[in-house]
Amino acid sequence: MDWRDEGTILAVRGHGETSAIIEVFTAAHGRHAGVVRGGASRKMAAVLQPGSRVALVWHARLQDHIGSFTVEPVVSRAGVLGDRLALAGLNAVCALLSFALPEREPHPSLQSASEGLFDALSTAAPGWPLAYLRWELLLLEELGYGLDLTRCAVTGSRDDLAHVSPRTGRAVSRAGAGDWASRLLPLPECLLGQGPASPADLAAGLITTGYFLEHRLAPDLGDRPLPAARARLVAMLGRM
Amino acid sequence: MASANDEIEALIALMARLPGLGPRSARRAVLHLIRRRGALMAPLAAAMAHVAETARECAVCGNIATGDLCDICLNPARATGEICVVEDVADLWAMERGQAFRGRYHVLGGTLSALDAVGPDELGIPRLLERTRAEAISEVILALNATVEGQTTAHYIAEALEGSGVSVTSLAQGVPIGGELDYLDDGTIQAALRARKRF
Repeated sequence: MDWRDEGTILAVRGHGETSAIIEVFTAAHGRHAGVVRGGASRKMAAVLQPGSRVALVWHARLQDHIGSFTVEPVVSRAGVLGDRLALAGLNAVCALLSFALPEREPHPSLQSASEGLFDALSTAAPGWPLAYLRWELLLLEELGYGLDLTRCAVTGSRDDLAHVSPRTGRAVSRAGAGDWASRLLPLPECLLGQGPASPADLAAGLITTGYFLEHRLAPDLGDRPLPAARARLVAMLGRM
Repeated sequence: MASANDEIEALIALMARLPGLGPRSARRAVLHLIRRRGALMAPLAAAMAHVAETARECAVCGNIATGDLCDICLNPARATGEICVVEDVADLWAMERGQAFRGRYHVLGGTLSALDAVGPDELGIPRLLERTRAEAISEVILALNATVEGQTTAHYIAEALEGSGVSVTSLAQGVPIGGELDYLDDGTIQAALRARKRF
C-alpha cells in the first residue's frame, strides 16, 4: 500500500534513537501518522518541524499499519520562529488539529484553509488573528459542531444579530435575546464575516468558538482538556 | 555461536540499552572490557558505582553534579550577572566545550510542549525567574534549540521577564562554521539573511 500527497506537519515525536513519528495533515488522507526512518538526524531536524509543508510518500504492508513516510521539504515556515504571537498561533493551530481531527479522514476544505492560515502565520501577515478566528469556526463546522449564524433563532430576523445560544449554537438578535442576553455568548460582527475586527471583537469571537470547542467538541473526544497552546494564544491576543 | 554465561549475557543486555549501542556492538564492547579487565573494566565499574551513588541535580542550576552544587555554581568567578538558559544538561556541556561563556547556567529540563502537556510549571521556569531576582542577574541568554518548541519556550521566558529590568538575548541563528549555502535549508537561509550584519 502506498500513496503520495503533500501535507503540513502537525507533530513530531522521537521513535527510538534514529527515527521519528510524524503527524501530518494532508488534503486527501486527512490527519495521518507515520514513521520517518532517520527522522532524528540533524539533516531532517529542520524539515520535521510543526508547520512545515512537505511532500510525502507513505508506504505500509497493510492499510491499517502505521507505515513509513519518505519526506521532502516543500515550504519551510521557519519565519514564524521569530514572531512570538505568530508562533503561538502556529502552536494553537497544530495542537487543535492534532487534538480534534479523526485519523485518516479527509477534510479538504479545512486543509486548504489551514494551509492559508499557516502561510499567513509564517509571514506574520496583518489580520491573521481574524483568519484564525474564522478558522476555528470552520473547524467546528467540519467536525459537525457548526454554528448557525444566518438568522435569529427567536425572531427569524437576519438583522442585528448580537448573540449565540450556548445550547443550540444558533444566532440570536438583540431584540430576540431580551432578558436572556447575559446568558448568551457574544456574536461580534467579525464572526459574521463583516468588516475588520478590533481586539475586543476578536476576544469576544474566541470566547464563543472556545465555548463550543470546550463544551461540545472536547467532551465528545473523551473529555480531554483543550490544548494549552490555544489558551496561551488567546491570552496573548487579549494582551494586544 | 559461542555462548557466554548468564552474568555476561546480562551485562551485554544492559550495555545494549545504551544510546548508540545495539546487541552486536554491546557484545563487542563487553568482550573488549573483559579482555582489558584490570586496566579498563575494574576502574570503569568503580567509577560508575561512585557516580551512581553521588550524581544528582545541582540544586541551583539543574546541571549534573556529585555534590549539592555543581562546579560552575560553586565558582565565584562565574557570578558575572549572566545566566545562559539551556534545555538540557547535554546543551550545557556543549556550551562549556565552546569555552565562550563564563557566566552561569540554568537547565530547564525540557521545552514547552502542547503535545506532551508540558507547561511552564513542569520546567524550571519559575525557579529561573526566582534566580534572576535573587542573584541580581543583568542578562539572560536564551540558548534554546531553533525548533518550534525551543523558540516557543524562549518567547515564553522572554515575556515572563518583561518589565523585570533583565536584558534578554538569544543565540544568533544562521550559517554554521563550515556550512555551504547550497546545503542549507530554507529556514536557516531566511534566519541568516534576517540576522545579517555589516561586514
